[in-house]
Amino acid sequence: MARRDPKKDVVIIGLGWTGSIAGIELAKEGLDILALERGADRDTVPDFQYPNVADELRYGVRYGFMQKPAKSTVTLRHGQNDTALPMRHLGSFLPGDGVGGAGMHWNGNTWRPQAEELRLKSYVTEEFGADIIPEDMTIQDWGVSYEELEPYFDRFEYMLGISGQAGNLGGKTVPGGNPFEAPRSREFPMKPLQMQLGPRMFRDKAEELGLHPFPMPAAIASESYVNEYGMQLGPCNYCGFCERYGCLNYSKSSPQTCILDALKRYDNFSYRTHCEVLKVELSADGKTATGVTYFDEAAQEEVFQPADLVIMAAYSLHNTHLCLLSGIGKPYDPVKGEGVVGRNYAYQMTGGTKAFFEDVEFNPFVGSGSSAYVIDDYGTNQIDFAAEGFIGGGYIHASQLNGQPIRNLPLPAGVPSWGAGWKKGVKDWYGHSLGVSLHGSNMSYRDCYLDLDPTYTDRHGRPLLRMTFDWKDNDIRMSQFMKEKIERVVEELNPTSFKSSYKDIGARYDIRPYQSTHNVGGTAMGTDPATSVINRYQQSWDVHNVFLLGAGSFPQNLQYNPTGALGGLTYWTLDAIRRDYLSAPGPLV
Amino acid sequence: MSIMSKVLRLAGALIVLGVIVILAIMFVPTQRTPVQAQIASDDVVVASSGEYVSRLGDCMACHTVEGGKPFAGGYSIDSPLGAIYSSNITPDPEYGIGNWTLDDFRAALYDGIGKGGHRLYPAMPSANYRKLSEADIASLYDYLMNEVEPVAEKAPETELPFPFNQRWGLRLWDWVAYKDAGFEPRYNDPVLDRGAYLVEGPGHCGACHSPRTALFVQSGYNAEDSKFLTGGVIGGWYAQPLRGSNSVSAYWDEAQMVSFLKTGRNAHSGVAGEMTAVVSHSLQYFTDEDLTAIAKYLRHISVDTESSPRVLNVEAEKSTAAMLLAASPDMELGARLYLDNCNACHFSAGRGADGVFPELVGNSMVLADEQGGFLDVILNGAEMPSTATRPSRLRMPGFRERLSDDEVAALASFVRQAWGNNAGPVTAKTVAEVRATTSK
Repeated sequence: MARRDPKKDVVIIGLGWTGSIAGIELAKEGLDILALERGADRDTVPDFQYPNVADELRYGVRYGFMQKPAKSTVTLRHGQNDTALPMRHLGSFLPGDGVGGAGMHWNGNTWRPQAEELRLKSYVTEEFGADIIPEDMTIQDWGVSYEELEPYFDRFEYMLGISGQAGNLGGKTVPGGNPFEAPRSREFPMKPLQMQLGPRMFRDKAEELGLHPFPMPAAIASESYVNEYGMQLGPCNYCGFCERYGCLNYSKSSPQTCILDALKRYDNFSYRTHCEVLKVELSADGKTATGVTYFDEAAQEEVFQPADLVIMAAYSLHNTHLCLLSGIGKPYDPVKGEGVVGRNYAYQMTGGTKAFFEDVEFNPFVGSGSSAYVIDDYGTNQIDFAAEGFIGGGYIHASQLNGQPIRNLPLPAGVPSWGAGWKKGVKDWYGHSLGVSLHGSNMSYRDCYLDLDPTYTDRHGRPLLRMTFDWKDNDIRMSQFMKEKIERVVEELNPTSFKSSYKDIGARYDIRPYQSTHNVGGTAMGTDPATSVINRYQQSWDVHNVFLLGAGSFPQNLQYNPTGALGGLTYWTLDAIRRDYLSAPGPLV
Repeated sequence: MSIMSKVLRLAGALIVLGVIVILAIMFVPTQRTPVQAQIASDDVVVASSGEYVSRLGDCMACHTVEGGKPFAGGYSIDSPLGAIYSSNITPDPEYGIGNWTLDDFRAALYDGIGKGGHRLYPAMPSANYRKLSEADIASLYDYLMNEVEPVAEKAPETELPFPFNQRWGLRLWDWVAYKDAGFEPRYNDPVLDRGAYLVEGPGHCGACHSPRTALFVQSGYNAEDSKFLTGGVIGGWYAQPLRGSNSVSAYWDEAQMVSFLKTGRNAHSGVAGEMTAVVSHSLQYFTDEDLTAIAKYLRHISVDTESSPRVLNVEAEKSTAAMLLAASPDMELGARLYLDNCNACHFSAGRGADGVFPELVGNSMVLADEQGGFLDVILNGAEMPSTATRPSRLRMPGFRERLSDDEVAALASFVRQAWGNNAGPVTAKTVAEVRATTSK
């Protein structure tokens, strides 16, 4: 028999970026709020403190801050006729599992979507005709426009404290920024990060070739910063321990550095860790949620937590999983083409070229997750889809992330992968390479989706989430297009040698090597309840007191990293809740 | 009469006299200081709520234990004589001050005398509170009596060793320590006078920031005394001077002073040690007008003094930074330890970053003759308090587990000499003492 706790106004599932924003914005309304976090509590000191966190083996290789597959994982298969097997070791993507979520171990690349990306289907149809959309591709408009979201992107960026260079201020092109970006209402909060040699070499060459390089928008402080909550960042020292680590220096934007100490000052907010939500409970008619049931690790018991409003702010995959387990929305059936939950799962297309320079010393240990020059000349809104034969796009970046010695030892072709030859190769080539990489879109398809696995269960006896996903020719063609563009720039840099790694036609999705923690969709937003789980305010079409925050809302993936987009959407939704929902709870659309 | 008998008689008379004096000290009732006339203008003694006065006086810092019920006492104040426990000042009639009259209450604030006539240990800063206005005393009394929840719990008894447990003896100390009651405006400027009132009276800044005599009496209670606010020692930490051309009051501008008082941090420094609780419990609640008045007053008594103003050694700053950046493998141990442990935040220029990482150049805690505070921070770390306008609990980790006594000594000595800093070296023995007496 589950313990039943006193009712709260709001329960928030997950205390990462979106849960923290929801917490503080709703705390301002005086609501009684409980956030439930499945993982551990974490703070800069002691959890990310100098020098302990700069431990590549513990955190980079052994995933110290990530979810543990023994407790939470997915099963994977490539196609509907395959049998899915559980992912027993993390690889392709790395969801977090503690306070701060994946928002504490990211690289800080913070982008706004293009206006065209937010109405992708309409854009493609208007510009190139609906017939270029492959039959199995299920791309959609988001149901909310760039113009509507601009103030919320702006607010999110100022809350995080982004270092960058605007390229389009209110329609006016600004030199040094991204000329292809949608108009922004003001400059970035901070000047760009300092750039290391590799990115600068790329910038110079790109400019020479008539391209438009600009600094990566970085959730890493280039100077001291104070945000709207009074929270503070200190300037980055370029130690290079960003992705997979918490920042030891209060420099990287995270729920810890940007929100949590301010949120903890509200007496009407509390949070519990090691409390995994098992299910959102619905009323008898299924039209409202009555609260959540979670497993309290400390008490070793299930708890029913009644609440008037449920904010689902878990990682995208877990939000979808919980909807499927709770009966929120109709599960997607790819055969009948009906249902919505699990539909439009998409991923991120990545690839890259490593260039080796025997005479250049890059000092790779000086870097950051966002130390990069970028070109967006081949972005989604710049490509003639009809001519190129694919839908999508990407940005190209030359980054200097880190010089971590276990995983960051790129070697030229021909160097042995073990033994004395490998040792000599490492000695010769450490610090002599420059990576130029693609970060590209991934469309949604009828047979790429999430549902409940028929065989495997988790430690609570719940069916695991099953992922059915593979690469499609459309996206691989985009990748090959980008390969050609990248190799052209790299060749112009005149390296000693270079080697490329991109998806070729026929490539299958491999869940083992890391690609990106940008799993999107599954609880897509939209304007039609037949093809979306949530409305334009990220409110469940079926259960009006449930809101879903995060990249699960994306109907297909952007060419960009998702955090900027999902952060803006979160503020957009919280604004709607505060303005309209609290006074008159009910469907906002 | 023989010489001997004369001597005996004289001795006998002296003994009798001594006994009479002691009995008088013990038993002759003390005269309480009466109500002080409202001598300051309304600009200086602003009518404020009793709760605000309790913030001005920082009553909570001592009369509430961490996580405990407000004003229920029991907080342990470490004195050179032993632990002194604060009393319950909630309106509970049995364990608190519920049956105290306003006159009883004023006597505690002004004269350090509790109800029933017993002397309060001078952990209670009555020597400073004697400057409180009657309006502030009355509103504070009203607040404690009517707005604070009564707590029916007995605060622990203070048990000092003999002879310090003989409270009657404090009467002698009080004669030395207590100056005239009341506050006399003197600047013909309501802002400066308000600042002086806050600093000298309720804020009792001098209790820590002024030196103490051999009898532990505070040196000076206003700026006319040249020792007032020239720095003191508390809990092994140096309470830096708040006046003089080398003090932060002269070096920081008014906005930076206000920022530090309000948030525990500014472009130069971050609060640490005992002062953290003062910011956390008291100063962050001050109005901006009051903080500005304090800053103006402290700057007023600092910038006009005779000693030469603080001069930075620009060449030395550059040369240390260049040496650190060159990172030669044969650099001295202290410099290498700095690079390996401190440089990530405080940077090669030793300048840290505004509001986040304190400056080490010219930092009074770093340079203090009393080295305990600096070594405590290196060994155990520090944490800025969460305040309404700057909620970030920015923390420096401790290096206790990572550095030996010799290494901390080398590191601390380097920092005290780097960038033109000019303070004496630290020995491993001193580090060992601080390590032993400070908690993790």
